[in-house]
Amino acid sequence: MARIAFERLAHAYAPGQPHALTTMDMVWEDAGAYALLGPSGCGKTTLLNIVSGLIRPSEGAVLFDGQDVTALPTERRNVAQVFQFPVVYDTMTVRENLAFPLRNRGLSAKEAAPRVERVAALLGLSAQLGRRARNLGADEKQKISLGRGLVRGDVAAILFDEPLTVIDPHLKWELRSRLKELHRQVPVTMIYVTHDQTEALTFADRVVVMAEGEVVQVGTPEELFERPAHTFVGHFIGSPGMNLLPCRVEGAEAVLPGDHRIPLGRPYPPVAGRTELGFRPEWVELTRGEGVPVVVRRIEDLGRRRIARVELGGVKLAATLPEGKPVPAEPRLALDPRRLHLYADGRLVAAEGAR
Amino acid sequence: MTKPRNDAAWLLVLPVVLVVAFSAIVPLMTVVNYSVQDTFGNNEFFWNGVEWFRELLDPSTELGRRFFDSLWRTLLFSAICLAIQIPLGIAVALSMPRRGFGVALCLVVMALPLLIPWNVVGTIWQVFARGDIGLLGSAVNRLGVPYNYAQDPLAAWVTVVAMDVWHWTSLVALLCYAGLRAIPDAYYQAARVDGASRWAVFRAIQLPKMQRVLTIAVLLRFMDSFMIYTEPFVVTGGGPGNATTFLSIDLVKIALGQFDLGKAAAFSIVYNLIILVLCWVFFATTTRGQSDAVQEGAR
Repeated sequence: MARIAFERLAHAYAPGQPHALTTMDMVWEDAGAYALLGPSGCGKTTLLNIVSGLIRPSEGAVLFDGQDVTALPTERRNVAQVFQFPVVYDTMTVRENLAFPLRNRGLSAKEAAPRVERVAALLGLSAQLGRRARNLGADEKQKISLGRGLVRGDVAAILFDEPLTVIDPHLKWELRSRLKELHRQVPVTMIYVTHDQTEALTFADRVVVMAEGEVVQVGTPEELFERPAHTFVGHFIGSPGMNLLPCRVEGAEAVLPGDHRIPLGRPYPPVAGRTELGFRPEWVELTRGEGVPVVVRRIEDLGRRRIARVELGGVKLAATLPEGKPVPAEPRLALDPRRLHLYADGRLVAAEGAR
Repeated sequence: MTKPRNDAAWLLVLPVVLVVAFSAIVPLMTVVNYSVQDTFGNNEFFWNGVEWFRELLDPSTELGRRFFDSLWRTLLFSAICLAIQIPLGIAVALSMPRRGFGVALCLVVMALPLLIPWNVVGTIWQVFARGDIGLLGSAVNRLGVPYNYAQDPLAAWVTVVAMDVWHWTSLVALLCYAGLRAIPDAYYQAARVDGASRWAVFRAIQLPKMQRVLTIAVLLRFMDSFMIYTEPFVVTGGGPGNATTFLSIDLVKIALGQFDLGKAAAFSIVYNLIILVLCWVFFATTTRGQSDAVQEGAR
């Protein structure tokens, strides 16, 4: 178990090439459940491989419990890692596969047996223990990979690199809750890489959102939802993502396209760059009374709720249609000044006097 | 939808049938024809039934003794070649670079022996191993080790085996290298995370993943070494005495040296059957239990 820290960490795959990871300082607390969330190619797997030591960062340091492990190879870091595609040792049985990491560290078959049994039971592999791994399906092979990650009792961290990609959807849900349960029983640092927001938000206590090699926000799922630090986070998390409306700020008022003025509730300092107002579809309702007039394009019925796709001055937005009410004849967007975020060049701008 | 029936398809098979007939079936049947007859020249043939086969397979006859001596010699030669070339080929493949400039260089250098005509390989080694002027032969002699492949049977064997190893180990290495390259990086990464030693990586990942190319390598090397003719014929001519007279060399001696067409034909048919049976047995045993893996690969 370990607290993992990065100091001025950055990585480029070759000198002169653009950075796969831009400089970052970050701390992951011991026994935390973290998720690295971001689109493909954002550097999350690179960061994970730096933690496990499969990649040596070109700049900066990785610390486990304050000890610099940057130069240590994977074998000596005491981490477990599960990869995106199942890796099984074909010629071994399931039991031998699960025992492999333990046997390599000098445990006898007898000493390894109870742990192997426990992990197999946890993953539902008990019936297959005696079978040769080669003949199993992709689901089961990935369970073996997961099992080899979980079987070691003494690891500093367990790293998961999109481990459920190849797993059937119904099993995905079950395995994720098993992992969560395991984390509650055995407090070990778990880091879970995924591009699926549902996976990240349900698994992790804290989510690290990455985009283009940069960590754009670290926070609890609520923080990411309520207060996205970057328009990317607002857009990436939530379904549909956060609305972004270009605007101009004049003191405590925002001037929207079509010269509609709305109060911001609090004054903002002068902002430079591309200015946008961000608000989640969940925070705005389509009403008939107060608000900014919009044009309704279509209504999406998601079962649980209805989403109105609207347009304001050519900008496409999404809003919630209150339950049980028809689409108003002269629809207006009711913006709550307390739930508006202001972004300049993509980054959240704090209001004057706030924090 | 019903499939249209069209007998014209048979016509399209005709060229292949003709080629196979003239390249394989007709020569083979000629040999079968010879094997049951005796001749005293002048293109006169006499029916001899299965007498040649009976004589050939009976070690108490002169022909039979000769055949079995050559057969054991050839089997021993194949066994030694496989025992050296397969492990050596694997070792070479494991130590070849995985990326960079060295890859191309290695591949070219390794492929060189495979590109040399067989009689040239024989000639190279005939000179190379000569005790008086050969680089290898005279060097060994200068070191105080008596070495003369023209007189000493052991030296002749060492020379022939060394030549075959030099000629064909690259083939095994290249096949194994192809098998190794096909292993995804994730396997090596997982093995590192699991703390596997170098040996454990070889046993648990590399060897199982090379199994199929190794099957092919062993088959090819067995067939080729069992049918070897040109190189030892050029270097030792089957000697000293009959020390390096392998089946093929003996066959040519009977067929062209003594012009015993009937004996030679019976000899070739038995020779051919041995290779077929051994290859089948070998293939069947090594691919057993792999059928499911093959299906999985096809998915």
